[in-house]
Amino acid sequence: MGELYEALREALRAEEPIALVSMVEGPRVGAKLLVRPGAEALGTLGDADLDRVVGRDALGQLAAGASATRHYGLHGEARQRDVSAFIESYAPPPRMVIFGAVDFTAALARVAKVLGYRVTVCDARAVFATPLRFPDADEVVVDWPDRYLAKAGDDLGPRDVVCVLTHDPKFDVPAIVAALETEVGYLGAMGSRRTASTTRVWRGSWRPSDSTSAPAPPRRRRYRSARRSSPSARGAPVPRRCATTTAPFIRDDRGGDPCRRRELALRR
Amino acid sequence: MATIEDGGPMREVLSDIDRWLAAGKRVAVARVVEVEGSGPREPGATMAVSEDGEVAGSVSGGCVEGAVLTEALEVLGGDGTPRLVTYGISDDDAFAVGLTCGGTIHVLVEPLDW
Repeated sequence: MGELYEALREALRAEEPIALVSMVEGPRVGAKLLVRPGAEALGTLGDADLDRVVGRDALGQLAAGASATRHYGLHGEARQRDVSAFIESYAPPPRMVIFGAVDFTAALARVAKVLGYRVTVCDARAVFATPLRFPDADEVVVDWPDRYLAKAGDDLGPRDVVCVLTHDPKFDVPAIVAALETEVGYLGAMGSRRTASTTRVWRGSWRPSDSTSAPAPPRRRRYRSARRSSPSARGAPVPRRCATTTAPFIRDDRGGDPCRRRELALRR
Repeated sequence: MATIEDGGPMREVLSDIDRWLAAGKRVAVARVVEVEGSGPREPGATMAVSEDGEVAGSVSGGCVEGAVLTEALEVLGGDGTPRLVTYGISDDDAFAVGLTCGGTIHVLVEPLDW
């Protein structure tokens, strides 16, 4: 075991982004380059120009959370196939922030962990927002949703998800408005579509004067229709059925597809 | 033995690798580096093998793990040269190693000496 494996292991343990490049075809099969954002690369594929080009591509793949084999000339030339390099991205896990310390949240947190998300549960009510009630969550935060997003929203990106499940307009509306200001790839909300204030946020007709001083969400957001809880799981508790129904509609850009934000209303 | 997640990339076999290294064992790592057509696992799927034949993780849906184990032990027993092995669809030979899903996977098998 050497320096590269140790650096890789430390980065993985700390959930820091890192890409491992291995030459799989070419003059030095097995040669390694370890690429980290904002730091010198470790190792070499055997050619300085090749290292530079592959290092740049690796940072791009790392940002997208994608692993793939790419082909190069001996000195990193494009459109040649003398060298094949497997670029393996270790992006930190995507995040799911769930607002509302309710049973639906506990079920969704469990499904989210299966899917590899780092889960944060946030609710302003300290009595309900406890780690004991959400054993699957990585983090349980007592705060108002909009205040939490004001602090943490800048860290959320296209791979991340926000779900608003408080079921109470005085929490839901500011949370949705604040979430629309972030770069999250998916924003879901739960509630009857007859809940007027929430619906108006979804339609983009909500106005600041309606409840808080937050800015109105941009109108260009497009949303899609509601989903009912899964008919195939009759007998399971409703929160779990809702969680398993939600999961297939969560889209992030790990596949490289542009995301569309959409509303998800789970109706009982 | 680690619990079986879903094979998983390197992250999920780290604790096994560390345990083997701590016991002074040599380790080989096999990773899916390319998938053509439909394949059971994504690029990056990792299987680690200790020199005494313990296995962590997986590179397919169970179709080729046995063959990869053999390759990994050969790599550890030989001169340690990394090798790129390819598994495609099963042919008519009942004993051939292959994928039932119709795709082709390329697996890099190498000693963990880096």
